[in-house]
Amino acid sequence: MEIQSIKFGKNLVTTEEFLAEGHTFCTGCGEALALRLACKALGRNVIIANATGCTEVCTSPLPVTSWRVPWIHTLFENTAATASGIEAGLKILMQKGKMPEKDIKCVAVAGDGGTTDIGLQALSGAFERNHDFLYLCFDNEAYMNTGIQRSSATPYGASTTTAPAGKLSIGQTTWKKNLPEIAVAHNVPYVATASPGYPFDLMNKVKKGADVKGPAYVHIFSPCPTGWRHATDLAVEIGRLAVETGIFPLYEVENGRYKLNVDRPRLKPVEEYLKTQGRFRHLLDEEIARIQEHVDEEYAKLKAKVACFAA
Amino acid sequence: MSRRVGLEASHAAAEAAKMANVDVIAAYPITPQTHIPERLAEMVADGELNAAYIPVESEHSAMSTCLGAAAVGARTFTATAGPGLEYMHNVLYVASAMRLPVVMTVANRALSAPLSIWGDHSDAMSVRDTGWIQVFCQNSQEAFDMTLWAFRVGEDPTILLPVMVHFDGFHLTHVTEPVILPEQEKVDRFLPNFHYPFALDPDKPMTLGAFAPPDIYSEAKVAQEMVIRKSKAVIIQVFKEFGDIFGRYYHPVEPYQTQGSKTLLLTMGSFSETAKTVIDMKKDRGESVGLINLRLWRPFPFEELRRAVKDAETLIVFDRCISFGGPGGPVSSEIRSALYSEKEKPKVVSLVGGLGGRDMSAKDFEYVIDRGREVAEKGSEELYETVGIRDKVSGIRG
Repeated sequence: MEIQSIKFGKNLVTTEEFLAEGHTFCTGCGEALALRLACKALGRNVIIANATGCTEVCTSPLPVTSWRVPWIHTLFENTAATASGIEAGLKILMQKGKMPEKDIKCVAVAGDGGTTDIGLQALSGAFERNHDFLYLCFDNEAYMNTGIQRSSATPYGASTTTAPAGKLSIGQTTWKKNLPEIAVAHNVPYVATASPGYPFDLMNKVKKGADVKGPAYVHIFSPCPTGWRHATDLAVEIGRLAVETGIFPLYEVENGRYKLNVDRPRLKPVEEYLKTQGRFRHLLDEEIARIQEHVDEEYAKLKAKVACFAA
Repeated sequence: MSRRVGLEASHAAAEAAKMANVDVIAAYPITPQTHIPERLAEMVADGELNAAYIPVESEHSAMSTCLGAAAVGARTFTATAGPGLEYMHNVLYVASAMRLPVVMTVANRALSAPLSIWGDHSDAMSVRDTGWIQVFCQNSQEAFDMTLWAFRVGEDPTILLPVMVHFDGFHLTHVTEPVILPEQEKVDRFLPNFHYPFALDPDKPMTLGAFAPPDIYSEAKVAQEMVIRKSKAVIIQVFKEFGDIFGRYYHPVEPYQTQGSKTLLLTMGSFSETAKTVIDMKKDRGESVGLINLRLWRPFPFEELRRAVKDAETLIVFDRCISFGGPGGPVSSEIRSALYSEKEKPKVVSLVGGLGGRDMSAKDFEYVIDRGREVAEKGSEELYETVGIRDKVSGIRG
């Protein structure tokens, strides 16, 4: 089959698919879409280390696989460490002449639970040791693969199966852990946020992260119709709304320099985003106002960083 | 020329990894394993060894990093001890099931609580069923030999399994003994370059570590069991090749003065050497005693063990681990089970001792043999006894 690229505006996107058809992601999954785009950006010369989770389970049931690139899964909590071994192994084997010199990108793929909770130590270690790898966190804001349990990336007010909304609870009572900022605190050369609602921006960031020397982190917003209880045709729209309301701003931090990639003169009210999803349906005006206040505050902080450490 | 040098077992293992020309070392420091990664880090820093030394942030990541490195075809080494082995427990199963031939030294250490940095075999016993090939060493020379041997067995293209080399924390890790270091040329003849047939490679994309639905998992596990059983033939063959090249021959089960002996003592690791001196003393006094040093722990050498003990009346098994609420020391229950179906078999007596670094002197082993014989003759109300306990807390009744 001849591989072609299709032109979209200024961008060229390959028609080749590295994540094959026939996977078992849910209908309308934002993560599957983001993963497919990320794979197109990465191309063929890549080795992927995948944590346990939706991407792993939906793409690798023995005896079949959706992966057209070399791919390894070992456990849930250790993906950054597995990637460390791959990166260091390739480097030393090439240096010792035991393997031909090749430019192979080492990429770790994990969900928000595998990144912000159980895999955080391994990720911090891999950042600190300065491995040349790209870490992609597909954030669907809860443990979706095991049945929508809360993680530290679950947003305030969302109802999940282990932090359900009830007579005495609004569901999640803590604010979402800010992993991109934790990555920035490691002084890694490239950190970015991305969303399948902005496909070219996402592909550019994945490519940039793969090309940069040293550790890179891209945090990818991944709408989940099953866990968020939204219509299956809304993943892209919700991905855009999260950006337009300031809930999930798109930015990148290159060598400590901040850049806001989408900067609207006026943010939409968070309610527009919240009302699209069943997980927020129970929230009263008072709670929505609290979320609005928090989002405004966080967005202002981000803008201040952009102004202070501009690219 | 080979060289005879004074080395502690830790440095002997590091020398072996160096002569094996390892590619990747990922390790996290834990007493009493520390001298191994320290020495390797030093070798890398001085350019004596061209390898990637990855100072990971935990044992869990040490083993996980080894998985990644082995999966791209790197010769991979690590070392840990006690609680560190427990912390990577989950990952150990993955190494064996994914057929990634990592080599690891375990500087055997007790498990908390109470915290003890000193040696026993609780850590080794807790990883019995992880699917790794496992051997025990008696001294520094064996620490060198078994480490080299481990790479060759694990990387055998018909086996591809990880190998654990156990040696006792402090009693070996920190004790300097004479060690013969062979010529590099001999090592290279014994241990060819590692070619991993399933290496991750963009030119030949493969999926490693896919998940198994219920209609496949059982077959995958049985396949794994088949290969570790099959590995015994390779283990014995490589012991022989090792002996032919280096002049030291090893065996899965090593009898000492067992010919015609009525009472046998079975030990593992460094305590076997102390026990041997006691056997010699007792032999001189005309007592009918011998020793079995159990070298290979997994795969368990059933035939060799049965053959070695079949003529004895009593087999005293000395464990350095308690199986809480269980039938006796883990090694003794294993051996009882191995002998159960035999027509001719010795009476098995289970004694436990040497926990958390408690020394076992020659005198203590004299007691072990005497008490073991007594229990075999008169019986005991207890399932097993722990030797050297100061008060009667050891009165365990079955």
